[in-house]
Amino acid sequence: MTGSEAVILTIVTAATPLLLAALGELVTERSGVLNLGVEGMMIVGAVTGFAGAQLTGSAYLGVLSAVAGGMALSGLFGLLVLRLAANQVASGLALTLLGLGLSGMIGEAFIGQPGLKLERLYIPVLTDLPVVGAILFGQDLLVYVSAALAVCVSRFLFHTRGGLALRAVGNNHASAHMLGVSVIRTRFLAVLFGGACSGLAGGYLSLAYTPQWVEGMTAGRGWIALALVVFASWMPLRAAIGAYLFGGALILQFHAQAEGIPLPPQFLSALPYLATVAALVILSRDRWRARHDSPTCLGQVFVPDR
Amino acid sequence: MQVELRQRSEASRLMVWLSPLLALLLTFIFGTLLFAALGYDPLRALYAYFIKPLTEAWSLEEIVVKATPLALIGVGLALVFRANVWNIGAEGQYTVGAICGSVLPVMLPDLQGPLILPAMLACGVLGGMAWAAIPAFFRIRFGASEILTSLMLVYVAQLLLDWLVRGPWRDPDGYNFPESRLFAADAVIPALAGRMHFGTIFALIAVAALAILLGRTLKGFEFRVIGAAPRAGTFAGFSERRSILAVLAVSGGLAGLAGIAEVAGTIGQLHPSISPGYGFTAIIAAFLGRLNPLGVLCASLLLALTYIGGESAQVSLGVSDKITRVFQGAILIFVLACDVFIRYRLHIHPRRQPACPIHEPAQAKEVP
Amino acid sequence: MLRTTIFATLAMALALPAAQAADPIKAAFVYVGPIGDHGWTYQHDQGRLAVEKTFGDRVETLYVENVAEGPDAERAIERFAREGADIVFTTSFGFMNPTIKVAKRFPDVKFEHATGYKRADNVATYSARFYEGRYIIGQIAAKMSKSGIAGYVASFPIPEVVRGINAFLLGAQSVNPDFKLKIVWVNTWFDPGKEADAAKALIDQGADIITQHTDSPAPIQIAGERGVHGFGQASDMDAFAPAAHYTAIIDDWSAYYIARVKAVLDGTWESGDVWGGFAQDMVVMAPHTDLPADVAAAAVEMEAKIRSGAFHPFTGPIYDQDGMLRVAEGERADDGMLLGMNWYVKGIDDKLPQ
Repeated sequence: MTGSEAVILTIVTAATPLLLAALGELVTERSGVLNLGVEGMMIVGAVTGFAGAQLTGSAYLGVLSAVAGGMALSGLFGLLVLRLAANQVASGLALTLLGLGLSGMIGEAFIGQPGLKLERLYIPVLTDLPVVGAILFGQDLLVYVSAALAVCVSRFLFHTRGGLALRAVGNNHASAHMLGVSVIRTRFLAVLFGGACSGLAGGYLSLAYTPQWVEGMTAGRGWIALALVVFASWMPLRAAIGAYLFGGALILQFHAQAEGIPLPPQFLSALPYLATVAALVILSRDRWRARHDSPTCLGQVFVPDR
Repeated sequence: MQVELRQRSEASRLMVWLSPLLALLLTFIFGTLLFAALGYDPLRALYAYFIKPLTEAWSLEEIVVKATPLALIGVGLALVFRANVWNIGAEGQYTVGAICGSVLPVMLPDLQGPLILPAMLACGVLGGMAWAAIPAFFRIRFGASEILTSLMLVYVAQLLLDWLVRGPWRDPDGYNFPESRLFAADAVIPALAGRMHFGTIFALIAVAALAILLGRTLKGFEFRVIGAAPRAGTFAGFSERRSILAVLAVSGGLAGLAGIAEVAGTIGQLHPSISPGYGFTAIIAAFLGRLNPLGVLCASLLLALTYIGGESAQVSLGVSDKITRVFQGAILIFVLACDVFIRYRLHIHPRRQPACPIHEPAQAKEVP
Repeated sequence: MLRTTIFATLAMALALPAAQAADPIKAAFVYVGPIGDHGWTYQHDQGRLAVEKTFGDRVETLYVENVAEGPDAERAIERFAREGADIVFTTSFGFMNPTIKVAKRFPDVKFEHATGYKRADNVATYSARFYEGRYIIGQIAAKMSKSGIAGYVASFPIPEVVRGINAFLLGAQSVNPDFKLKIVWVNTWFDPGKEADAAKALIDQGADIITQHTDSPAPIQIAGERGVHGFGQASDMDAFAPAAHYTAIIDDWSAYYIARVKAVLDGTWESGDVWGGFAQDMVVMAPHTDLPADVAAAAVEMEAKIRSGAFHPFTGPIYDQDGMLRVAEGERADDGMLLGMNWYVKGIDDKLPQ
């Protein structure tokens, strides 16, 4: 493996959890629900994934249990903000608090255990191809899942009826309701999908990225995923590009340091957030586009009124 | 059987009082189950959590210390949220307030006199205002969502603080450890009792001022109208842009004040970490307090109690920090969930009632 | 104010007879992280458990974990003083000023602050000379490396970390004068993902030995995955990368905690500053695995020399990276210089941040 190949592999690994979580949140936000509990769902996914793998002996069952963990937490959130019309911002923050505590409790039994690693694929011939082999054909399964998911979400949102309904719910829930779309049900499904993706992202951390369980191991990635959704202006393919850019910035920063190029690390860490603000401003400048791109009902409570 | 929410024609006065009690009841049931399942004596745990902190003068003071920044930030947030402006970056405004307020004591440590403290507080307020003005400007000028810009600026502010205390503002006699010099005596907010300091008075003033502003003045009415119905507000001659700027400036200023009050009152120096998430917790306080300044004050005290109580349970029973956080998360969720009954009525009716079209499957084909 | 005083007196009057009846002393611990970090806080908690085991009924231990540095620290420390703790260990640098403040208000309670430099009659400080272990792993690295380059995953440029980097390179240079060290600052004590990324970047830059001054087992795990070698940090991390793990520098606070609690039991506790290394069993090397017998034997021998005081890792001549002589030929760096160390030794090309 050459140096630059290895760097690209590292960037892909760093970007995958961000992309997975961002895609989930993107769908949730497209339906008009702002779930700030991504960090909480991710960490619960990380611990349930790790626990699942340790208990069953299979990393793939671990992945499933990560998804289940994230979904369970998002189900609670959905119940709260959709069924009970609670405030989304506050509920999301409470969810993060709950998730961080819950993950610590579940994980207590697994501290200090080396985990099972999701193995990399190896396809004879293809993986051995020079330059592109290892990058295209030698990753773990979830890397492909995340890339495929970006394409699928994009197709779903913009080329299917279901996607149209989902966006309609997010853009104008009153009209969507009048047209017979079940706002609550659509949003609930979107929230569950978001939870599943966040859980998967957490599982990626504890099963592929660094196969271990340590408390607080998501270390703020959920919040970066939230930034990424905005950076991508709620477009799945842009989210993929953004995730690789974010991942790339992080990894290249380390390479710059190891090469002895001095840069204040805080400045580099701040870059993604500044870039997100800049992207948001540039996108919003064009009012017409902004109306089409961003879910207008984001964060608003909807209760069917009769 | 189907459960459905129906909006009440007006907020239920009964539920305003009943819903917190219901939440409390649920909390006790959940707590009993949780602690019993984990092998702790539920009664002792709940006692340590909710009662013990209230029985000692010291921990009452600590609750007030903890509630002070929450209330200061929370009432500001109640104002912006009422105006339908979603400032969730109070943590950043708090941090920048702390940084700006610390310019004097850190860079000019020899300065003395009674004017330093007011100057520091003013700098803190202005810093918080300035940081909140950024999302306000982007929203007004470009229509960028302040939810997201204000949140992103939190991280920028925290990294700015990190850079300052690890770099230029590091204590020259501190063996290169990441903290600023200790503030001189004149630059420290005087104590009221124990660790309670004058910041608490500011919080009470802010609560009173905003209660009057929101409840009894035309300006407050304007903000609420703009929030509830921007078009109607515009017809009435109220400027939406000016409102956005004004409410963000006030809430940013209060967050900034909380920041400098915490640094100059409770901590006494700048650190890389000066807030255990006050800016975010205050959002919860604002909603628990139902966006009413007095309510926010009560909610801040309640939240402070759950923190202090969690610590008390850790110490006296050996309950782990994770359990206390799960419990705290559960309390918040119960309170948020029960609040719904103020505005909505729970309607339970048998399945397949024809008068309920919204629960039928989505009919995508009808969407144009 | 008056009420507080009356209440405190009352509380004391109530508490006193109870304390005499049962009579176990209370030792309290304030942790900055979760005890499940498998690193810094985990090792302190192992020390607490050792205290419990040693003294049984005679000592009751209490702890709070995840206490953020900042406004909450002072309250957490004060709580223990009020709960009747006889001795309170505060185990993070950021707890220094809060510890001093609380200690002033509770002159009868003994406080022990880890890694700080401010003391009082009832505040002692303690820390460990991890650099002794780092010198040894530096030597091992230079002997085992094929590329002649090691990678260092570093947290923050504070003297503690800079000292470790210097000791590591001095050890390596004693074997191979041209040994190279690449350093990546991750700006966190604990973020497995970031630590892993930094380790990968270092390996991609040619390092075939990975060492770290951060808390999670991620870097050594990456070393194992990529087929290079490395060292554990704070605790024995062999389980995370059995093939890659040569040894680890283990923080062992048990002996110190037991000694200090015993001093409280005996009534002989005094304030002071303990900066212990191999000799005090505060720094312990994990078993040497996957090493050739001669390399392992040399490491054990060096450990003995440092333990006995026959050798000091910072023995001159030591030049800094600008070529200035910092420690003269044959002399040893004094503790003052070590404690405030903010320069790199010769041989490091990078600039120290800030």
